[in-house]
Amino acid sequence: MSVSFSTLLIEAVAILGGLGLVVGVMLVVAAKKFKVDTNPLVDEIVEVLPGANCGACGYAGCADFAERVVNEGAPLNGCPVGGFEVAKEIGGILGQEVAEGESQYPFVRCNGGLNCVDRFEYVGFEDCKAVMLLSDGEKGCNYGCMGRGTCVRACPFDALSIGADRLPHVNQNLCTSCGLCIASCPNDILVFAKESEKVHVLCMSHDKGKAVKESCTVGCIGCKICEKNCPEEAITVTNFLAQIDQDKCTACGICVEKCPQNTISIR
Amino acid sequence: MVEKALFAIFMDGIFIKNFLLIQFLGLCSFVGVTKDVKSAAGMSGAVVFVMAMASTVSYLLYTYILVPTNMQFLDLISFIVVIAALVQLVEFVVRKNIPSLYRSLGIYLPLITTNCAVLGAVLLNENAGYNFAQSVVFGTSAGLGYTIVMLMMSAIRERSTFVNVPSSIRGLPQAFFIALMLSMAFVNYFWVIPI
Repeated sequence: MSVSFSTLLIEAVAILGGLGLVVGVMLVVAAKKFKVDTNPLVDEIVEVLPGANCGACGYAGCADFAERVVNEGAPLNGCPVGGFEVAKEIGGILGQEVAEGESQYPFVRCNGGLNCVDRFEYVGFEDCKAVMLLSDGEKGCNYGCMGRGTCVRACPFDALSIGADRLPHVNQNLCTSCGLCIASCPNDILVFAKESEKVHVLCMSHDKGKAVKESCTVGCIGCKICEKNCPEEAITVTNFLAQIDQDKCTACGICVEKCPQNTISIR
Repeated sequence: MVEKALFAIFMDGIFIKNFLLIQFLGLCSFVGVTKDVKSAAGMSGAVVFVMAMASTVSYLLYTYILVPTNMQFLDLISFIVVIAALVQLVEFVVRKNIPSLYRSLGIYLPLITTNCAVLGAVLLNENAGYNFAQSVVFGTSAGLGYTIVMLMMSAIRERSTFVNVPSSIRGLPQAFFIALMLSMAFVNYFWVIPI
């Protein structure tokens, strides 16, 4: 070989180095020319967001929410997971005041569980939606909670658990009000209830009184006793189910005492 | 080496030596980006550009720098540098001009850097001893062949999401079945156009 090894090495390094230099300079120029202006505020907001990417705000993840807040005026308190604390921090970054809203938690509107008779014994996949496929569930009541824990598995924060009474229980310390459990429930048992709303009807059944009594010992039979006794006229019975107007309710507890089925409860 | 007509090379790149279905190069993007037509088309556009540019630049680099200095053994590493730089360039442009496409392509855009299809096109050019025009035509047609298959695949996959298939097959397995059938169709070009 005519060329010595060292010359070969030097030439190879020179060529590759030169190539690298040319390419590098080209990329630097291109990076300058096609620079995308990212808003530093967006990055700051992403920092304070919980980063759960649960999608409860209605946007595609935390980064998207941060961008919408800055650019399109999405609500500052749009992140239900972060709650008021995060909303305040976002407000601090953007220089805006945030009013504190009342916290609300998912609430189980069924007291059936073991009080509700089973029509047959279900053996199969432990999931409410799976149970529902079998002639609307094993429960005698078609409106109630199936107790198979679909909501428990939907919760990314471990705030729900199925208790000994075969009903889901919400741990308010862990709950972030993201609403994923509410969306997952096939029977719409879970609803948002505000902290101040004390009195609730723990039944969803629109069945007639006789049918309810056959299947459930604590279901609403539509007897209208609560409606007649409520001093504030906050209760109306429509379609065999009592409903409470939370704006009028003063949580006096008369309806809870009078209800023959113990369907209404105060918390 | 018999000089090949440009048109023959063009058809070679698109059908007979189709990169995805005959040579099995660049399969990660084939499976990864074909969930919807829009991102498949964007990816294909980027690949066509990168392939054509890489063929051009690497031909010039090889003929005018590596061959005169007797440094042919540096071909692989220098081609990779060129391709990586081009991909970066495409990424800048796409990010600036089409942010939505940039988001939907995600990781696959920088992945063209290591996309064996681009390097494959460049190395096949070199191995076949193509001249400048032939190299450019082959690189471009290889990109076009990639585009055709990507569009077919994504269109089929988009529509087949509504098909009632067993849940165990849904998703990637289904994509592989589609790829299998497309590949069988393309292999037939060997018989239609004998090489």
